[in-house]
Amino acid sequence: MKPPIRVLVAKPGLDGHDRGARVIARALRDAGMEVIYTGLRQTPEMIVNAALQEDVRVIGLSILSGAHNVIVPKVLELLREKEMSDVKVVVGGIIPDEDARELERQGVVKVFQPGAPLESIVNIIAACA
Amino acid sequence: MLTPGQPGTFPYTRGIHETMYQKRLWTMRQFSGFSTPEETNARYRYLLAQGQTGLSVAFDLPTLMGYDSDDPISEGEVGKCGAPVSSLEDMETLFEGIPLAEVSVSMTINSPAAVIWAMYLAAAEKQGADPARLSGTLQNDILKEYIAQKEFLYPPRPSMRLVTDTIEYATRYTPRFNPISISGYHIREAGSTAAQELAFTLRDGIEYADWAIERGLHIDDFAPRLSFFFNAHNDFFEEIAKYRAARRLWALLVSERYGAKDERSLKLRFHAQTAGCSLTWQQPYNNVVRTAVQAMAAVLGGTQSLHTNSLDEALALPSEAAATLALRTQQVIAYESGVVAVPDPFGGSHYVEQLTDELEAKAREYIAKIDGMGGMIPAIEQSYPQLEIANASYAFQKKVEAGDAVVVGVNRFRNETEVPVATLRIGEEAGRAQVAKLKSLRSRRNAAAVAHCLDELREAARGADNLMVPLTNAVRAYATLGEVCSALRDVFGAWTERPVI
Repeated sequence: MKPPIRVLVAKPGLDGHDRGARVIARALRDAGMEVIYTGLRQTPEMIVNAALQEDVRVIGLSILSGAHNVIVPKVLELLREKEMSDVKVVVGGIIPDEDARELERQGVVKVFQPGAPLESIVNIIAACA
Repeated sequence: MLTPGQPGTFPYTRGIHETMYQKRLWTMRQFSGFSTPEETNARYRYLLAQGQTGLSVAFDLPTLMGYDSDDPISEGEVGKCGAPVSSLEDMETLFEGIPLAEVSVSMTINSPAAVIWAMYLAAAEKQGADPARLSGTLQNDILKEYIAQKEFLYPPRPSMRLVTDTIEYATRYTPRFNPISISGYHIREAGSTAAQELAFTLRDGIEYADWAIERGLHIDDFAPRLSFFFNAHNDFFEEIAKYRAARRLWALLVSERYGAKDERSLKLRFHAQTAGCSLTWQQPYNNVVRTAVQAMAAVLGGTQSLHTNSLDEALALPSEAAATLALRTQQVIAYESGVVAVPDPFGGSHYVEQLTDELEAKAREYIAKIDGMGGMIPAIEQSYPQLEIANASYAFQKKVEAGDAVVVGVNRFRNETEVPVATLRIGEEAGRAQVAKLKSLRSRRNAAAVAHCLDELREAARGADNLMVPLTNAVRAYATLGEVCSALRDVFGAWTERPVI
């Protein structure tokens, strides 16, 4: 049997609205994954370092502040710099359609917009293993 | 079951006034702010011209977190969720051409509230406004930040000292200004139940009153200016009952605990906002209906002021058209529906009276539990309210997932294709404009005077004096928000939360 997938749930930027991040973290944990929650106000550097130290397979970023177009590319770039491109990134939050498509083009596995069912989030992250 | 009594009489279950909206409607106060102080000022003038009766300032995230627009940490966030205000100059721009002696202004700001209020008072002073005539509300509710919204800078105790400083200052110099709006709104948005929203909010109110009394103020000196802010969520009767229970419980608590004599101390006045978290990204026009139902509950529950959300708020900050429709929703309720004819029309309804009693009883249980922990600060330090809310929020999400809670357009009655709505987009230009303005300000101002004021502020922060005077001196010298918050951080330290899931 494969070991459980390890996921880092992170809240980058200044936004403190963590309801979604906490719900997702619990849902992933209930689905048998090992979940590490960074807490609030993490810089891209802190997130990538945590991903390295915790040896996670997936990083889930929760952003509701509109700063996704600045923050997400930085995380992707740092992962490439550190040769961690095998770590998959998913994003959740208030992300307009065109931004979501652009972030997915840049390498995000999936952008989850408001109302995305927990089941589909769990399944897509599980498929990253 | 308590007999409901009459509107305007203790314990005010049925309303704080005998006549309610027959004599005066609630204040229609739409929360807004975006991009730059200049653009926000233009939106305020537009809203006032459309018949809005008070202003409500939304600040951007850097401002809410005490950072200047040109701080590297602010990159990508300037003007996105509200207006940036980094200095007195920005505050002056925000209210240019708006007479602060006449328009009541609510400001949603918490951790840096004392600093922003000092800028507001200085801007009003420059307009020649008499402080005694200023009316409005500062949100300034730091406890709910630790509990729910998480916009905190300093540890709880020095933060409470700042709040108490503003309450003391307002009691002396700005008798018509509410120095705090004790908020359940964000607790509910974070996923709490109605009972938790009620309980944690009123227990926060007790905490602020305890600190003010400890400072040497008398309950009747400051309690009349404590204001509250509740959510208006989907469950129509439960929400009406929540407002009724809040009024009754607060009147009883303030008289039982503090022996207040002035009846104004006992009357819970509140602002309501419809539930942002109930709005859906899918089929956004459904949000107009949700908001109308929620607004009706707030009005039937006797709110003093109201914000109705715009249909596009699950997608972006509101467009002008969406913001206008939200205001029109209130105007239809006020002028066409007839619900303003009688105060508390549900008073005596078996169901609503029972719900009111149940909510009061559940809130009393929570309050007793938090009292047993030694008050709200120890409870927060143990993550007690935070985890209660997280549990409720997860339980609700699982119900949605299982289809036991219906969200129209999301887990039932879905459309295959969505009709797009035009949304407001805020680019990075606002950030660049703010950075340029701050650079210019920093070169024009008297740097030595700024440094001196910041030193005096640090010195005062180490002592026990009220900080409003050194804060006002610093912002008058055009010390920036970031500089002032950083000076206080030198003395108070920073707060980080234990990440628990």
